[in-house]
Amino acid sequence: MTLIQAQDPASTPEDPETVAANEDVLATPSSRRPERWLRFVIPVVMLLLLLGVWQVYVTMANVPQYILPSPLRIAQALGTDWGILGSALLVTLKITLSALILALIGGVVLAVLMAQSRWIELALYPYAVILQVTPVVAIAPLILIYAPSTQVALLFCAWIVAFFPVLSNTTQGLKSTDHNLLNLFEMYRASRWQTLRYLQMPNALPYFLAGLRIAGGLALIAAVVAEFAAGSAGAGSGLAFRLLEAQFRLNIPRLFAALFLLSMTGVVIFLGTSLISHLLLRKWHESSIRREN
Amino acid sequence: MAGNAHSHGGQTARSLVALRSVSKTFSNGTVALKNMSLDIREGEFVSLLGPSGCGKSTALRIIAGLGEPTSGAIDWPKANYDAAGRAEPEVGFVFQEPTLMPWATVFDNVWLPFRLRGMSRSAARERVMDALAMVGLEKFGNAYPRELSGGMKMRVSIARALVTRPKILLMDEPFAALDEITRFKLNNDLLRLWENFGWTVVFVTHSVIESVYMSSRIVVMAARPGRVIDDIAIDAPFPRSDEFRTSPLYNDYSRTVSQALHSAMGANDHL
Repeated sequence: MTLIQAQDPASTPEDPETVAANEDVLATPSSRRPERWLRFVIPVVMLLLLLGVWQVYVTMANVPQYILPSPLRIAQALGTDWGILGSALLVTLKITLSALILALIGGVVLAVLMAQSRWIELALYPYAVILQVTPVVAIAPLILIYAPSTQVALLFCAWIVAFFPVLSNTTQGLKSTDHNLLNLFEMYRASRWQTLRYLQMPNALPYFLAGLRIAGGLALIAAVVAEFAAGSAGAGSGLAFRLLEAQFRLNIPRLFAALFLLSMTGVVIFLGTSLISHLLLRKWHESSIRREN
Repeated sequence: MAGNAHSHGGQTARSLVALRSVSKTFSNGTVALKNMSLDIREGEFVSLLGPSGCGKSTALRIIAGLGEPTSGAIDWPKANYDAAGRAEPEVGFVFQEPTLMPWATVFDNVWLPFRLRGMSRSAARERVMDALAMVGLEKFGNAYPRELSGGMKMRVSIARALVTRPKILLMDEPFAALDEITRFKLNNDLLRLWENFGWTVVFVTHSVIESVYMSSRIVVMAARPGRVIDDIAIDAPFPRSDEFRTSPLYNDYSRTVSQALHSAMGANDHL
């Protein structure tokens, strides 16, 4: 323990850097406060401006609402048709989220299998690629025939599209583990499971999360596309069907309202996945470090 | 010197590990090592010095158990490690890069060797904190590697290698990527630790300055094929300090080692 004293004075040359770095971090929020306000205000002002121009144009030019409804008219449709749109939103959300969750499970499990053995990778990867590159609209009719219900068919379509980015990103992450760290684990006679759990999986996390963000958006797109292809009607129909239906009936305000809900769903999914990513990586990953220069 | 009870490189010390005519040929046909024999004795500070491609890192990795030699054998006299009841001796390894897990705190990085043996965080706490104190980082247990300077990261790496109290510490050009000031400082710190704890160090380097300053023995190697060409004992007393760096004795040894290294380079006319 006497060594500590021997080391302390000499180790100071290294310390100021760290202290200075900490001060930078502490100084960041206060010096950025005005900028943060603007970051919130500018988009809102821009949005209000656009909506205002739209509203004024439609009113002044007397545009019929079956061509282009005003923002207020769309908001009104959102209110009056909420019974239909709300339940449709729920259906679409359910399919999107279940497809996303299944895609995460499937993608990660397959990626782990492939990282374990070159043979498994050679055997499985081509099929993952084929599933990915074949347009989902083209497979949907077949799936509709084989699936026990439309809901299952939609779920399957959305899954096919969403799982690939998770699979390919996670595989990449598992494989790009630092070679020296792998050697170190080997030297300490780590089991395959320990290497996976303590080294490869944490290493793959940023890659997986990037895949998750892509998959979240794709799951929604695929759920909508599949529903277009499936054309399911009735109580179990989602936003995509309501959107098509509104178009047939020339109920353009409702079409816009459905479109608005879909966009918002996509935005919420993006924000949600970005938040998860930020929370998991903020402590250590390069992508979440703020730099002053 | 009280903490210096063990003998440094004395001929009487028993053999800790020996390479017996070890050769290593890579699958692309490169002969990384040819017929290398080396007896490392307990308590020695051995530097493997040579130009790039002389197989010094390969030799170190073979001692660490990473990759079998193509021919020859590594001999660990059983008496040295059988008491612990393990099949193979314990080694600590320090790479040229700090090689830390960026997602884990300094504490968790040093805990790793114990964690892989199934020892819980709390059970390992005392040993981990001891190792961090040895390298002067006891206050940085909760920091993440990216918050540390290059020299501090290397200290964490050394703490991780030492935490299991291995018989032998293998270092693969550990300070090559650091600036000279930090490097001299870590040279001194490593020497202090070695003088106090008396383990065995095998230190791979391409720096004459570094090897003469720290070693009790320098093994000079040549490239293409990688082989040992000289084995020089540095008979200067420990502890060594910055005074030794400017002493005539240091100069003499530097010259001797440089000449040996030069003939190692000269053996390859295409260099």
